[in-house]
Amino acid sequence: MIKFCWAARICRRAAASAAAVLLGLSLARAGIEPSGDRGALMRAHRGGALRLSSYQPSGTIDPQINYESDFWQVFAVTQDGLLTFAKAEDQPGMTVVPDLADALPEITDGGLTYRFHLRPGLRFSTGQKIGVADVLASFRRMFKISGPNVGSWYNILVGADACLATPATCTLAGGIEGDPATGTITLHLIRPDAEFSQKIALPFASILPADTPPSDLGTTPPAATGPYMIASYNPVRALVLVRNPYFHQWSEAAQPDGFVDSITIRYGLQNEAEITAIENGSLDWTSDPAPLDRLAEIGARFTSLAHIHPLLAYYYLMMNTRIAPFSDVRARRAVAFAINRRLVVNLYGGPALGTPICQLLPEGIAGHVPYCPFTLNPGATWSAPDLAQARALVKASGTAGQKVTIVSSDRDIERAIAIYLQSVLNDIGYRASIHSISFNIRDTYLQNSSNRVQIGLTDWYQDYPSPSDFLNVLLSCASFHPGSDASINMSAFCDPGIDARMQQAMQTQSAADWAGIDHDLTDLAPLTTLFQIHRLDVVSARLGHFRFSPLVHMIFSEVWVQ
Amino acid sequence: MVPASRAPNIKSFLLLFFKKEDLPSGPWRVALARLRQDRAALASAATLVLIIVACLLAPLYARHIAGTDPFRPHLDETVTIGGRTLDILQPADNPLHLGSAPLGPTWHGAYFLGADGQGRDVAARLLYGGRNSLLIAGAATLLCLALAAIVGILAGFMGGVIDQILSRLLDILWAFPVYLLAISLSVVLISQGLHIGPFTIEADSLLLPIAIIGIVYVPYAARPVRGLVLGLARSDFVLAAVALGVPNRRILVRDILPNVASTLLVFAPLIMALNLLTESALSFLQIGVQPPAASWGTIIADGQTLIYTSPIVAIAPGVAIVITVLALNVLGDGLRDALDPRAKLRVRS
Repeated sequence: MIKFCWAARICRRAAASAAAVLLGLSLARAGIEPSGDRGALMRAHRGGALRLSSYQPSGTIDPQINYESDFWQVFAVTQDGLLTFAKAEDQPGMTVVPDLADALPEITDGGLTYRFHLRPGLRFSTGQKIGVADVLASFRRMFKISGPNVGSWYNILVGADACLATPATCTLAGGIEGDPATGTITLHLIRPDAEFSQKIALPFASILPADTPPSDLGTTPPAATGPYMIASYNPVRALVLVRNPYFHQWSEAAQPDGFVDSITIRYGLQNEAEITAIENGSLDWTSDPAPLDRLAEIGARFTSLAHIHPLLAYYYLMMNTRIAPFSDVRARRAVAFAINRRLVVNLYGGPALGTPICQLLPEGIAGHVPYCPFTLNPGATWSAPDLAQARALVKASGTAGQKVTIVSSDRDIERAIAIYLQSVLNDIGYRASIHSISFNIRDTYLQNSSNRVQIGLTDWYQDYPSPSDFLNVLLSCASFHPGSDASINMSAFCDPGIDARMQQAMQTQSAADWAGIDHDLTDLAPLTTLFQIHRLDVVSARLGHFRFSPLVHMIFSEVWVQ
Repeated sequence: MVPASRAPNIKSFLLLFFKKEDLPSGPWRVALARLRQDRAALASAATLVLIIVACLLAPLYARHIAGTDPFRPHLDETVTIGGRTLDILQPADNPLHLGSAPLGPTWHGAYFLGADGQGRDVAARLLYGGRNSLLIAGAATLLCLALAAIVGILAGFMGGVIDQILSRLLDILWAFPVYLLAISLSVVLISQGLHIGPFTIEADSLLLPIAIIGIVYVPYAARPVRGLVLGLARSDFVLAAVALGVPNRRILVRDILPNVASTLLVFAPLIMALNLLTESALSFLQIGVQPPAASWGTIIADGQTLIYTSPIVAIAPGVAIVITVLALNVLGDGLRDALDPRAKLRVRS
C-alpha cells in the first residue's frame, strides 16, 4: 500500500493552534475507551512478536535525555507525559492531546499559568501509582540531568534559571506546584509561550517515578506507563519490549493498546541484509533507510511491502554568512539558483523519495505557502536550475575563482550529493573541494563556527510541528553560539528585524506572519533547501495495519503480525 | 654475503634495464640472467608494464575513445550507442518510481564498462584511477625505501646511541597497527591539509597520501636493512677499509650502500604492493584520493552502493588491484631469487 496522504491536504493550515486544541478535545473524548472497531480488531489480531532491526542503537534509553528519532519511536509506546501527540496518521498525528492529564491544560493569566488534572488510577510498570509527586519530580529531573533542551524549551518555567545554574539542587520553586489531594498540577511560566503544550508533549517531559535517579539511566530501563515496557536493552544485541502488565487503555488517541505481545529490535545487521530478511519474511521492519541499489527491486517486486510518506524534514545546504564567499547574499543566491534539485532527488533515490523545494517551511507546516524564487521561472514551485543567473550573480559578487570547501558526511547518499554539488560550484565559477567527515560528527562539526565551514550539507527533522521549529531554531540570532558544538544556526545568520518578527509570530501563531518570514528568509538564502524528504518503510508481508504518524513514524502499537 | 669487490653498483643497476650488451660482468648480470629464466616474473613485469602504459594513456582514451569527461557528473545526459540514444542514469521503471540504475557495460568505446552513480564512464575512471593509485604506491615506495635506507644504514653502521634512538623510533612506529596509523594520519591531514612554516600542502593533494603511506611502512624495510648493515660493518672488507683510514662517508657510499641495494630492490615491488593496497583502503574510506579525482579505492567505494544494480563498478577496480598486486608480488619473488647469490640457477655464459 502506498500512501501519499497528508501533505497536500494540510498545507494551508491557517489557525494551527486553535484547530489543534479543538481537535485534541474531540480526540480525547472519542478515545477514552477502545472503539468498537478497534475492539474487534484487537480480538482478531492481538498477539505475536514484532521483529525489528536497526544497524546500531541510538544511545541511552533515558527518555528525558535521548534525542534520537529511533528511540522517540520506542518511547511513544512506553512513556507518557501530561500531554502527547496523538498516535494517529496525517494531520491528527500532529495534534496535542491529553495523556496522563485528563484534559488539555486550563491556560490562564494571559498564558502564564497551565493547570492540569492527573488521570486517577494509573500505574507505572512497576506497579506504583502515578501521582502528583511523580509529575513534580519528573519536571525537576529534566533540569537535574541537564536534559538536552532544558535551556531552550523549558527555561521558560519560573525557577528554571536557578535550576540551570545549579541543576543538582533544582526545585523549580514557583514554577511547578501540585496538590496530591485533587491531582492538580500547575505550571507557571515567566512569559507566554504558545508552543509550550507541544514542548511538554515530547519524550523529554515523560513522567517517571519520583525515585528515578537524577542521572542518565543509560541501559537501565525506565519505568513505563505505555502499553509496553523495556524488558532489556543491550546496545550490542537488542532492545526488547514486552507488555506492561499495569497498562490499561485510557485514551486511544494518546496511548492505544498494542496488538503485538512483544517487540524486539536487533542491532548489527547491515541494511542490505535487513532488506533481504524483510523480503524473506524473517524480519518485519528496519529503522534504517533502504540501500540505493535495492530501491528498484523494492519498487518492482515488493510494491505491497513499501510505504512512502513525506516527512516534516528536508536536506539543505548551510552557507556561512560570515565567511567569504557566502558572506555576500549574491553568492548564496547563486548557489540556490544553480542546483538542479531534481537531480539531487534522483541521487537520493528518485522522485518518490523527495520533493524539490526552495523555501524553509516544508509542506505540512503551518505558514507554508509554496514559494520558489530560485528557479528558471520563479514562482510557487521549483522547475529547473538557472545557471546563467547563477554565473551572473557570482560574477557580480566578485567571488568568482574563490576556493570553496563543501563539508558533507561520509554517508553514501550525502557523498554522492556532495560530488554533484562540487561540479555545480565549479560550473558557476568557484574552485570547489569536498571535506568528508564521519556522519556521527557531521552536525556538531558544522555547528561549530571555529571550524570555519563555508558550505555544508545536512538535514533537519522537526522536533514538533511548528514553523518556529524550522525558522526560529535554524536562523534566529539566539540560535548562534560562536565556537560551540551546539550552535544550530549553522549559517551564523542574524537579522534583528526578522528576529523580532519571529518572536511576535511565536506569540500570535499567525500562519500569515510565518509565511511572510519564511519568504523573506528564503530570499536572503542563509541556507538553501534542496528537497523535502519522503520516508520509505519496507515491512514484511505478515505485518498489517501499518499506521504512520508524521512525528512518531510507524506506530509500533498499531501494527499487527497475526 | 657478496664481497665488496663483487658487489653490484648503481651504474650497472641502472643499465640492468637498458642495454644488455653494455652490461659489465658481475652479480647484476647474473641476476638479470636468472630473472630472464623466471617466466612468472617476466610475465608479471610485462603485465605491470601493460597496466602502467594503459593508465598513462587515460587522457587519450577518455577524449578520443570514450568521448567523455570522467570527472564531472553526467546525471541527466544521454549517450548514443549503436544508433540508440540511452539515458546514462536510467530512471526507475517500476510502479513506485523508486531508484535509478546507471548505464551498464556497452562494450563500445563510450561507457565500455558502463557508468557509475554519477553517470561517469567507469572505464575512463578506471584508467585515471590507476594513474593515481600507481603514482601514490610508486612514490610512496621510493619514499619508504629512501627513508628505510637512511635509517637502517645509519643505525646499523653508526651503532651506539644513534642506533638506540633510531631503533626505538622504529619500534614506536612498528607498535601501531599500520592501517590504524595510516587512517589516523589521513583523517587529520586530509581534513586540514599540512602546514609547515611557509609550505602548505592542500588537503586534496596526492602528496599527503604519498607521505602517509610512505612513512608507515618504513620499519618494514628499515629493520632488515639495519640487520644487514650490522653484519656488513663487521665484514672483513669494511674492517679493512676502516683500518686503512677510509672516511665513513666513503665506506657507506662505496661499500655498504651497494650491498644494501639488492635488498632494497627486492623490497621495492613487495612494498609497492602493500602501498597499493593501503592507498586503496584509504581511498575507499574517503581519506585518500579526494573527489573528483579517482583511484581504484574510490571507484570501489562508488560501486559499493551499486553492487546489486551495477556490480561491474566495484568489480573492475577490484580486479585491477588484484592483478597488479599479484604481479608485484610475483615480480618481487623473482627479484629475490635472482639477486640471491646462493641461488642454484645455472646461468648461460
